[in-house]
Amino acid sequence: MNLLLREALIAFRRTRTLSVLSITTIAFALFVTGLFGLVALNMRSALRNVAERVEIVAFVYRGTPSMQLTAASSDIAAFPEVLEVQYVSEEEALVRARRDLVEFQEAYQDLEINPLPPSLEIRLRPEYRDAKHAGDVAERLHGFEFVEDVRYGRDWVERLDALRQIAGFVGLAIGAAFGLVSIVIIGVTIRMTVLHRAREIRIMRLVGATDWFIRGPFLLEGALKGLIGGILAAILCGVVFGAFEAGNFGLGMGLTFFGPLEVVFLIVFGVLLGLTGSLVSVGRHLKKV
Amino acid sequence: MIRFTKVSKHYPTGTTPALDDVNFHVARGEFVFMTGHSGAGKSSILKLMYGDERPSSGDVRVSGFHIGTLTRDEVPRLRRRLGIVFQDFSLLEDRTAAENIAFALEVTGSRVDMIPARVTKVLAQVGLLAKAEAFPRELSGGEQQRVSIARALVNDPPILLADEPTGNLDERATRGVYQLLLDINAQGTVVVMATHNLDLVRFGGQRTLELRDGKLVFDSGVDVGDDA
Ligand SMILES: Nc1ncnc2c1ncn2[C@@H]1O[C@H](COP(=O)(O)OP(=O)(O)OP(=O)(O)O)[C@@H](O)[C@H]1O
Ligand SMILES: [Mg+2]
Repeated sequence: MNLLLREALIAFRRTRTLSVLSITTIAFALFVTGLFGLVALNMRSALRNVAERVEIVAFVYRGTPSMQLTAASSDIAAFPEVLEVQYVSEEEALVRARRDLVEFQEAYQDLEINPLPPSLEIRLRPEYRDAKHAGDVAERLHGFEFVEDVRYGRDWVERLDALRQIAGFVGLAIGAAFGLVSIVIIGVTIRMTVLHRAREIRIMRLVGATDWFIRGPFLLEGALKGLIGGILAAILCGVVFGAFEAGNFGLGMGLTFFGPLEVVFLIVFGVLLGLTGSLVSVGRHLKKV
Repeated sequence: MIRFTKVSKHYPTGTTPALDDVNFHVARGEFVFMTGHSGAGKSSILKLMYGDERPSSGDVRVSGFHIGTLTRDEVPRLRRRLGIVFQDFSLLEDRTAAENIAFALEVTGSRVDMIPARVTKVLAQVGLLAKAEAFPRELSGGEQQRVSIARALVNDPPILLADEPTGNLDERATRGVYQLLLDINAQGTVVVMATHNLDLVRFGGQRTLELRDGKLVFDSGVDVGDDA
C-alpha cells in the first residue's frame, strides 16, 4: 500500500503538467455539472413553490344542503389526484374577501346580501399539479349537479407545464453534453499519461510485475485526481453559490445549496471518473504490451 | 534449462520467417553466445525465451515453462525466473541506481526489510557500490549497463538473457561487462548473450550459436545433460 502510494505520487510528479491538466478537467467538468445541478435544484424548488398554488375551486349553487356537500367532499377527496378538499361557506368567503382584498374592503364592509357563492377548494397531490390532471379533475367536478362553475387558472397551469418541460430538457441536454465532453477529455489526458509512461510499463513487465501491480498506481493516481477534482468542484460551486446568494438578485425566495449527501455524490462521481478513465486507458495499453 | 524444438517464427507482417526450424538446448551452467548478421533472428530467439513472443510452430521450454501455451498470468512468473539486459539499459531516468534495482524487488513483492541488503549485495557484485545514489544520467554507459545487470541479478534468477548488452559500449567497457557476465555464469547462472562483437566471441571461447536468415547454421557446443 505504501509502495502503491509512492508510485502514484512519483507518477504524479513526473507528469505534472498532465496531472494538473486532468485535475483541472475533472474539476471543471464536475463544477459545470454541479452548477447545473444547483440550477436544477433551485428551479425545482421554485417550481414546487409555484405549483403549491395550483388549486381548483368548484363554486357551488347557493342553498345546496351541507349534507350533500360533505358526502361529495369525501368522494372528491378519494380521487387519486386529490390531496385535500376544503369547504368554504358563503360567510367564510366574505370574511376572506374582506381580509384579502384590501381595495374593496369598504365595498364589502356593509353589504346587505352576500354576493359570494360557497365553494369547494381542492388541492392536488404534488405529482398531479399540472394542466392535464387539473383539467381531468375539473371535468369530473363539473359532473356534480350542485357545481355551478369550476376554476383552476388553466392558462398559468399550462405555462407552468411548459416551463417544467423546458427546464428539464435544457438541463438534461447541457448536462449530458458536458458529461460526455469531460469523459472524453479525461480519457485523453490519462491516455497521454500512460503513453508518457509506456517505457516504465515495459520495464515493469520485464522485471516480472503483474498486470494488477502495474495498474495499481495508475488507478490510485486516477482516483486521487478525481478526488481532488471533485473537492475543487464542490468548493467552486460553494463559492459561486455564496457570491450569488450575497448578490441577492431579488428573487424573493431563499436559494438552496446541495446537502452533504449531494456534495459527497459529486466527489464520488469525480473519483469514479478518474478511476474509469485510468482503468480504460491502462487496460488498453496493457493489451498491447 | 532452455530447449528449442523445431521452432519457427513468422511475424504477421513478415514475408520470410524470422526463425526457421531452430533446434538447440542450453544446459545448466552454460554460457552461450548468439551471433549472426543483423536481422538473423537473435532478438527473436531471446523474445521467445522471455515470453514476449510465441513460437509459430515448434516448442520452446524455458525453466519449466512452455512458451507456446504461456498464459498472461504466467508471464510475470516466468520473468521473475529470468534476468534480462538490453542494449539500451532500460533504466528509469528519475530513480537512482539503487532505486532502479530496488524497483525490481518491489515489483515482485519482496519483503521490504530485505530490499536494502540485497541491493547493496548486487551493487557490490557489479562494482558500483560508490554510485548507489547516482541517477542514470550521471553514469557512463558501461556503468549504466552494470546497474541494469545488477537489477537483472537481484532476484537471483537461474537464467540471464542479454540482447547486445555491449552494443553501446566502447571496448574497455565491453570487456568489463563481459567479465561481469562470466563471473555471474561462474556462480551457476545460465547466460545467453546475443552479440555482434565477433572479437568477443572469438576471444572468449564460449559456446556459440550462429544464425543466418532465421536458421541455426552453427553450434559450437555439445549438448550435455538433459534438464530442460
Ligand atoms: N515485431 C516484428 N514484426 C515483424 N517482423 C519482425 C518483428 N521483429 C523482428 N522482425 C523481423 O524478424 C527478423 C529477425 O529480427 P531480429 O530482431 O530477431 O533480428 P536480430 O538478429 O536481433 O537483428 P539485430 O542484430 O539487428 O538486432 C527480421 O527480418 C525482422 O525484420
Ligand atoms: Mg536484435
